[in-house]
Amino acid sequence: MASAFEYAPAPESRAVVDIAPSYGLFIDGEFTEAADGRVFKTVSPASEEVLSEIAQAGEADVDRAVKAARKAFEKWSALPGTERAKYLFRIARIVQERSRELAVLETLDNGKPIKETRDADLPLVAAHFFYYAGWADKLDHAGFGANPRPLGVAGQVIPWNFPLLMLAWKIAPALATGNTVVLKPAETTPLSALFFADICRQAGLPKGVVNILPGYGDTGAALVAHPDVNKVAFTGSTAVGKQIAKTVAGTRKKLTLELGGKGANIVFDDAPIDQAVEGIVNGIFFNQGQVCCAGSRLLVQESIQDELLDSLKRRLSTLRLGDPLDKNTDIGAINSEEQLTRITSLVERGEAEGAERWSPACELPTSGYWFAPTLFTNVTQAHTIARDEIFGPVLSVLSFRTPDEAVAKANNTQYGLSAGIWTEKGSRILAVANKLRAGVVWSNTFNKFDPTSPFGGYKESGFGREGGRHGLEAYLDV
Amino acid sequence: MSTAAPHALADVTASDSTLRRFLHGLPGVDPVGLEARAASLGTRSIKTTAKAYAIDLAISMVDLTTLEGADTPGKVRSLGAKAVLPDPTDRTTPATAAVCVYPDMVPAAKAAVAGSTVKVASVATAFPAGRAPLAVKLADVREAVSAGADEIDMVIDRGAFLAGNYLKVHEEITAVKEACGSAARLKVIFETGELSTYDNIRRASWLGMLAGADFIKTSTGKVAVNATPANTLLMLEAVRDFRAQTGVQVGVKPAGGIRTTKDAIKFLVLVNETVGEDWLDNRWFRFGASSLLNDLLMQRQKLATGRYSGPDYVTVD
Repeated sequence: MASAFEYAPAPESRAVVDIAPSYGLFIDGEFTEAADGRVFKTVSPASEEVLSEIAQAGEADVDRAVKAARKAFEKWSALPGTERAKYLFRIARIVQERSRELAVLETLDNGKPIKETRDADLPLVAAHFFYYAGWADKLDHAGFGANPRPLGVAGQVIPWNFPLLMLAWKIAPALATGNTVVLKPAETTPLSALFFADICRQAGLPKGVVNILPGYGDTGAALVAHPDVNKVAFTGSTAVGKQIAKTVAGTRKKLTLELGGKGANIVFDDAPIDQAVEGIVNGIFFNQGQVCCAGSRLLVQESIQDELLDSLKRRLSTLRLGDPLDKNTDIGAINSEEQLTRITSLVERGEAEGAERWSPACELPTSGYWFAPTLFTNVTQAHTIARDEIFGPVLSVLSFRTPDEAVAKANNTQYGLSAGIWTEKGSRILAVANKLRAGVVWSNTFNKFDPTSPFGGYKESGFGREGGRHGLEAYLDV
Repeated sequence: MSTAAPHALADVTASDSTLRRFLHGLPGVDPVGLEARAASLGTRSIKTTAKAYAIDLAISMVDLTTLEGADTPGKVRSLGAKAVLPDPTDRTTPATAAVCVYPDMVPAAKAAVAGSTVKVASVATAFPAGRAPLAVKLADVREAVSAGADEIDMVIDRGAFLAGNYLKVHEEITAVKEACGSAARLKVIFETGELSTYDNIRRASWLGMLAGADFIKTSTGKVAVNATPANTLLMLEAVRDFRAQTGVQVGVKPAGGIRTTKDAIKFLVLVNETVGEDWLDNRWFRFGASSLLNDLLMQRQKLATGRYSGPDYVTVD
């Protein structure tokens, strides 16, 4: 919105984070080169500046890390829960103490706005460690029978959209239950995991309990296939999830998958309109839409469609896109060129199939990977943009006339991770939520996370639950 | 029946039941979402040129207020002088929007601000309780207007509102508006802290606007909960929607409890990102505050000189 009130730039200082020119793999408590000496570069998606050079783990490194984790497992799993809790609490507190540094780091490496890393990612990371620290000595009372046992070595592969938060979702419950970990961060966002390795050392965590192996898909594949891994946890795309499921099939490895989504955000005509608009914005433009549980399909009751779309367009015009380190930025950069290409091609497909594209007047920076917030109207269930996960700041708007139709359309997807319901009528919230095939159903809010709430999907969105008491089960022999 | 409602909504005020149906048919307010939005706008970082702009804008929007039983013409005179020239050490400081006084102090206030852009506002209608017969309230208003008040701040009958007698509230506002005539703009105070729910605040906002309010105002400053970012955001949404539906622009005035520059800037951010520059002007947005001005002046001095001065470098009244 053009205004006489132009906010001056308010960039967060980069000086709070010290990024080394290169980083090794973190195996058995030490940073080390890759066995075959391979390295890759990680860049800032907002500027394409090279941030650091990272060792790339190969099969030999995976083997070394799994062996270290296996060795550490004996002692770690034998510790009393209260002792494991001490380490987790310590990690949580160090994360809090270093949260400003980590927030800036995450923003540099991922491209998401500092306001999100500062106000959402980092507080949640600390909260997850605190929460699972609390469980470590109470596993006998978690509802899985007396004395549930850990599984062993957990091989974990996480995505680039919430690098440190996904690490916390994976590592906190694994350690609390007595497992040891080999984790592969995404190739575009390895830095915060490597800083986390340093935090493990700072916390005095025994060697080998946490191992971090940056690398590409082949590193992840080697980790998943390693015969001495007892548990595989993956968050990422459905396509890769399917490959992993094939690899693991027939082995004794336990598997959880958190995959893609195409969340329906259902707005009924009696919804609190202004808050629904905020919820729609938060549902699809949080982290540039690069969220597996994003509310990427807006289902709006036909009677309020025009009014809601007017409000939504007006609201989108106030979104501030630009330097992710600026505290006033709402929309940051797309994580990688590859992802930008994918978004662009799906959006072009949407136009080609006849949907109507709209974006607010929005100037994109000249370097880096950027995509303007985008709205598609005249979308039908048959359109690609209503079916495929775009994983970008692109909202498809569909309409419905009755609650039954809303439920039918919401469930008509190969995915089932999240959904939202907007209505002032409590009975409708309960009635509709019960019929939605989605792991998380938010009512009158969206994209709210809490370590105490289980999270996971139906259908092609994967299986298993993370977070909450349910999140313990995936790491216990029950 | 009243004819104050804009043409598009004329039927709404035809009877108690049509009015009730309309007000209860407004979109609900989800408190969690509203407060979260207000809080998130509160984290905007306003620095350097934007801060200097915001401070001057905020000063120009202040209704400098004295509403004490012990008010004297002398007190009102010094208030008026300060409104006209808030910082004698820096004559580039803008004047405030208005001075706000009790009706009997209007002549003194008028004299004090004569020849300046500063308006005189008066809290008529049995402020702050509003518990007086309509005839008394109207007499209060006429007194203030005939003494030269440019603006009237009226309180609504919260009792009637909470009892669901919307038409009675509507009639009182239209009667007061009529008493203001073309001489004075009318600010309608809801005392949001007593209305208790956000749904009530939205209904009150629409009720006030339907009855012809020129401004809607949160509170008297005399109760526990006064202006908050959330209730002000809600009222901004109401004036935005009202203009979209009727073409009529209504001002918003948060009052009570806004004491620091930081707070004031948060409110300006709410205005900027909810209704935009059309409201970023003291014709459409005001701060009802007495202690805010000095903090704004001290922050302004700090920006100009690079140093913090202190409370002795601004005037006490």
